[in-house]
Amino acid sequence: MSRVGAKAELDRAPTLLAERLAGFIRTLRASTFTVGLREGQDAAAILAAGYGDRPDLLRSAFKHLFSARKADWDKFDGIFDAFWLGRRVRSRVASSGTAADARNPSVKSMPKNSNAEPPRVSIDQIASDGGVKAEERTGEGRAEGASRTESLEEVDFRKLVDPTETAEAHAIAARLAHVMRTRLTRRDVARRRGYRLDLRRTIHRNISHGGVPIHLVKRNRKEKPLRLVILLDASGSMSLYTSAFLRFIHGVLDEFREAEAFLFHTRLAHVSDAMKEKDAARALDRLSVMAQGAGGGTRIGESLQTFNRWHAARVIHSRTCVMIISDGYETGDAAMLGREMEALARRCRRIVWLNPMLGWEGYSPEAAGIKAALPHVDLFAPANTLKSLAALEPYLARL
Amino acid sequence: MTLTRDTIAIRLAEVGYIADADLATALSIMYLLQRPLLLEGEAGVGKTEVAKALASVHETELIRLQCYEGLDQSAALYEWNYQRQLLAIEASKSQQADGTVDLEDRIFSEKYLLERPLLAAIRRPRSPVLLIDEIDRADEEFEAFLLELLSDWQMSIPELGLVKAVSIPHVVITSNGTRELSDALRRRCLYHYVDFPEIDREARIILARIPHAGAALSLQIARMVERVRKEDLRKVPGVAETLDWAAALVGLNITDLHDAPEVVHDTLMCLLKTREDSGRITREVTSRILGKVA
Repeated sequence: MSRVGAKAELDRAPTLLAERLAGFIRTLRASTFTVGLREGQDAAAILAAGYGDRPDLLRSAFKHLFSARKADWDKFDGIFDAFWLGRRVRSRVASSGTAADARNPSVKSMPKNSNAEPPRVSIDQIASDGGVKAEERTGEGRAEGASRTESLEEVDFRKLVDPTETAEAHAIAARLAHVMRTRLTRRDVARRRGYRLDLRRTIHRNISHGGVPIHLVKRNRKEKPLRLVILLDASGSMSLYTSAFLRFIHGVLDEFREAEAFLFHTRLAHVSDAMKEKDAARALDRLSVMAQGAGGGTRIGESLQTFNRWHAARVIHSRTCVMIISDGYETGDAAMLGREMEALARRCRRIVWLNPMLGWEGYSPEAAGIKAALPHVDLFAPANTLKSLAALEPYLARL
Repeated sequence: MTLTRDTIAIRLAEVGYIADADLATALSIMYLLQRPLLLEGEAGVGKTEVAKALASVHETELIRLQCYEGLDQSAALYEWNYQRQLLAIEASKSQQADGTVDLEDRIFSEKYLLERPLLAAIRRPRSPVLLIDEIDRADEEFEAFLLELLSDWQMSIPELGLVKAVSIPHVVITSNGTRELSDALRRRCLYHYVDFPEIDREARIILARIPHAGAALSLQIARMVERVRKEDLRKVPGVAETLDWAAALVGLNITDLHDAPEVVHDTLMCLLKTREDSGRITREVTSRILGKVA
């Protein structure tokens, strides 16, 4: 579509250039850039203004125009160089050859054309999508050798399809979402029924009556949804419980307006997107792929560090409750876990640590990891089944 | 008026902002396409400074809208001056009744309108620079309504009618990335990621802001900060912190960092803003880093 737009704008300019530009825009779209009609026209305007004289100038100008986020910004140079600075004749052929169907991702053919930086383009393309990234990781996971634990995990996740249990998990999540949903903020909003008078707005409303206050405007507390961030331990020692909690997470992502989920074992994986997948079978595929690194041990401290460094700023705000589901058996550095928990506690509103082992008779939290973490936890509670999770409802509601 | 990239870079340097070539290009196509510029990057890399420098390059007014949670129309767009309206009503009561329609027209006129930043920005005869700072702090609703203004350059005030832009402001939006911005807003804007400056540019920035520092010390400071940024810190020092530190060193009459390693360590608190970070950079670490700085 934008090809037409760009062309119309460029009636005067050589049609070859317009075609190349259209080809470039298609290439960008294929690499998950969002490029609309306006951008095509503006790109033509940039070319017409003489920015095309020097490649570095054109690259910089297009980079600002077409990028919308940091990921785009980082991979743009590679795509630009491959398209415009690759071998000229060949890439022209490529762009006009694929002109027939816009669906055809021309970037895929680019690496063959330009031997300059083929691997960079293809890797960047993968990195743009969280789900596919995980698949790339599985490659390594498999290479490290499939252990017994890995296959166990997969079987566990498949049980997620069991309709009755899934329904139960969703019901619990829904109830929890209902009781935990809203938190009050300090800022007031105008309401018809409120606890105090909004003098300013009342006067405004009644100017037309000569200032006699006939209609009253009141203020009330503004309610904001509580955000729930779940960090689930998917290590070998937790394998008995992972499937139950995964069902729960599935329900939480469904019911809460704002929720995020992470899985960790020896590293951290962001699984919200995979879990939000409508098609259950595909969701499971993506999930079991992510969990396959499990079994080696739990580096809670390191996973938390990754979380604090890369995800916390985006995911956590002042009305966030972080729920960590883990048995606290840390194979890494316990002191590090303590430090990271402290950092996390400063950022979020509450931390809940659910420990399946706590439900066992004669168990006390002696593991070094959990000892280091406990001072920063607001609620430390047992949860080994969905039912015990449901029993926690009154406590969680108070958070 | 469109400016070329080089003219912009030179003029920015004149007002004390050392820009990289990419940013100068961004500013030049910002005029060409009349699109807002979205700046993202770590805190303290000089995002807000871009807008200030831009305003002095054009010798025009800088209108700043600081975003915060709960920012609403009456704080961002316009508000009626209710007190004055009431006074006018009371005053007209004491005089003989000259028709209410007339009164209503009067109290909903320009005279009783309080301009807020967004309205002010589109009503200036000469294009101002509009800085919308830290937009990620504002609510999503605000973003949506900003979008309308940015695409049509007009806003409607029910009592007055449509207000069209007299001149189109140069809009600079900054974000710290604490919240994901909407795709619509991102698409509307040109995007520029502001990174920490490279050593050479940071030295020039120090020299431009603190001329007493001298070229040699500036370069040393820039190299040192570059190393400190590579340490495992919670809060990576930005350009503002570098300038603070440089000012402190100059104030203490230091001309060479190697002459006074003690002072270097003691003044590092200009760069390190959390307890963990200052705990992590011990005297040994400082001397190690200092050793690597030529």
